[in-house]
Amino acid sequence: MSEAITLRAWLLDPAPASRRQARFGRWFRAWLAFRRNGLAVAGLAIVLLLVAVAVFAPLLADRQAATFQDLAQRLQPASWAHPFGTDELGRDIYTRIVFGARITLTIVGLVSLIVVPLGLGIGMPAGYFGGVIDKVLMRITDIFLAFPRLILALAFAAALGPGIENAVIAIALTAWPPYARLARAETLTRRRAEFIEAAQLQGASTARILGTQILPLCLPSVIMRLTLDMAGIILTAAGLGFLGLGAQPPAPEWGAMVSTGRGVLLDQWWVATVPGLAIFITSLGFNLLGDGLRDVSDSRSA
Amino acid sequence: MSATASTGRTEISAEWGRRVAAPIRRVASVLGSVSLTFLGLTVVTFIIGRVIPIDPVLAIVGDKASREVYDRVREQLGLNKPLLVQYWDYLMRVLHGNFGTSVMTSRPVLTDLLSVFPATVELSILALIIGVAGGIPLGVVAATHRGRWQDQAIRFGSLLGYSMPVFWLGLVGLLAFYAKLGWVNGPGRIDVAFDDMVTPVTGMVTIDSLIAGEYEVFWNALSHLVLPASILGYISLAYVARMTRSFMLGQLRQEYVLATLAKGLSPWRVVWVHALGNVWVQLLTVIALTFGSLLEGAVLTETVFAWPGLGMYMKNSLFAADLNAVLGGTVVIGIVYIGLNMLTDLLYPLVDPRARDQR
Repeated sequence: MSEAITLRAWLLDPAPASRRQARFGRWFRAWLAFRRNGLAVAGLAIVLLLVAVAVFAPLLADRQAATFQDLAQRLQPASWAHPFGTDELGRDIYTRIVFGARITLTIVGLVSLIVVPLGLGIGMPAGYFGGVIDKVLMRITDIFLAFPRLILALAFAAALGPGIENAVIAIALTAWPPYARLARAETLTRRRAEFIEAAQLQGASTARILGTQILPLCLPSVIMRLTLDMAGIILTAAGLGFLGLGAQPPAPEWGAMVSTGRGVLLDQWWVATVPGLAIFITSLGFNLLGDGLRDVSDSRSA
Repeated sequence: MSATASTGRTEISAEWGRRVAAPIRRVASVLGSVSLTFLGLTVVTFIIGRVIPIDPVLAIVGDKASREVYDRVREQLGLNKPLLVQYWDYLMRVLHGNFGTSVMTSRPVLTDLLSVFPATVELSILALIIGVAGGIPLGVVAATHRGRWQDQAIRFGSLLGYSMPVFWLGLVGLLAFYAKLGWVNGPGRIDVAFDDMVTPVTGMVTIDSLIAGEYEVFWNALSHLVLPASILGYISLAYVARMTRSFMLGQLRQEYVLATLAKGLSPWRVVWVHALGNVWVQLLTVIALTFGSLLEGAVLTETVFAWPGLGMYMKNSLFAADLNAVLGGTVVIGIVYIGLNMLTDLLYPLVDPRARDQR
């Protein structure tokens, strides 16, 4: 007990003795502010639950059951054996939802892995060099920003062919412009800072300055934006899946599951609505979390 | 004497610069950036058309064709020319409204697009009206009641709105309001019995039936329209309410609010006339963006509601591997998007006097 109090005191020490203490202290204060926001904590819980379900999927359900077809058991309502009922091919919907979490997380993760480096790679040089480079790069960004996301993703997916990889590429190609703008804005406010000049005087190369001085300062706002964007990415992915342009059957992608349930909507409503509920709750979780994170960062800057 | 005359002239020229030259410069710069964006749009669709794994020549001649036939068709399609020349040809065709022929309907893509566009416009305009008429007041109320239960409820309600997959909400809505409660008509634009009863004028069934005085048709069409429009409208309402709230919070913090209240104006007037009046400019951008996103949402909603608009046309073309139609639809939606952005840019100075004097 006393240890806990001293740890708290150490974290909240107004005069931190080391860089590490200051950093942990800052995180702790942010966490305290975050914790006061009940909805944001609920969002975090949903996101953690999603990750846990995806990671422990084989423990929560039988992998075979996700694609196992049992036509004698088709379109069964919820029961002990099938908590969410079965679909039109007699597959257990609960199992498919559990394994679908992996697909959703994979899409979100891959999109982030493409979007963040792409946005930073275009935004940071634009902000750092300014001039013609800035003009050209930002014009390209504006062009991509001028497209409706789902429509462009649709056109890309149509050209590249349906499939989960192409859905990821299509979403990433339409999602990067805001990150480039953000990275540019962050870079612009810092490029004349004295610590940058100091690094330049020490003879650091441009790549080194961008990578070690500018990048760490851009990351927090980029990550914040990414959290807020996650819900949109999930909804776009689900929309592509619903249109048949995402993961292909028999993969248990939630959007595609809603689509297959459409035919039996009026009599077996659970086939379409339960996977849709999963999409809804997941995107709600990311939205709540993102809103909470933004509130915390706003109160710090104010 | 001469000094006053010269100041008079500078005043005139300054006045001239403010009244005439500055707006012209503004319009020119907006047009310049719009045409650049349009060029970018066509480059992207051109590239998409090129990366498609389907060989357009093979699609026409079949894989049994001889080398000569293949080469001749390739030449006819202009695929042997340099890429830049091909792009130029493509750009010229787009500028003339020539998007090629649809494989699915074997009509010009432009004709197809024009025939399906009114259905989408009808749907999105009603959705936009619902979103704006509901979202702005809710956003204002949330801002004036910051932190209280009204604010919490509105914030959470709008959070639900933009977390929801629109296609799922559409299915749930159909299940509840059509199948179970029977309050509205189901998928489609109009009952089959009423098909072709009114002559198309605008292409929007509700308006056409009113023009023709066919009230029965009007109610039937409206009953089909109200559910998809409400569902799209709710999603945009969520966004409009959220943005209105944050703009209003920015205004209510300002000192003029305190000053007008101290002067004795009613709080109601201060909030709804003075503060809201100052956020109209920002709201205009939001509304334009919302309309753009409605076109997007329409693709999914139209699929769910079998609504014969642009969205369903694009979706069907997609699965018929009808690339001309898909890219044509993309360009048209892109142009609408760019046009909306341009409109807000040009409208700014009319709504906001501060933007008028800027160079």
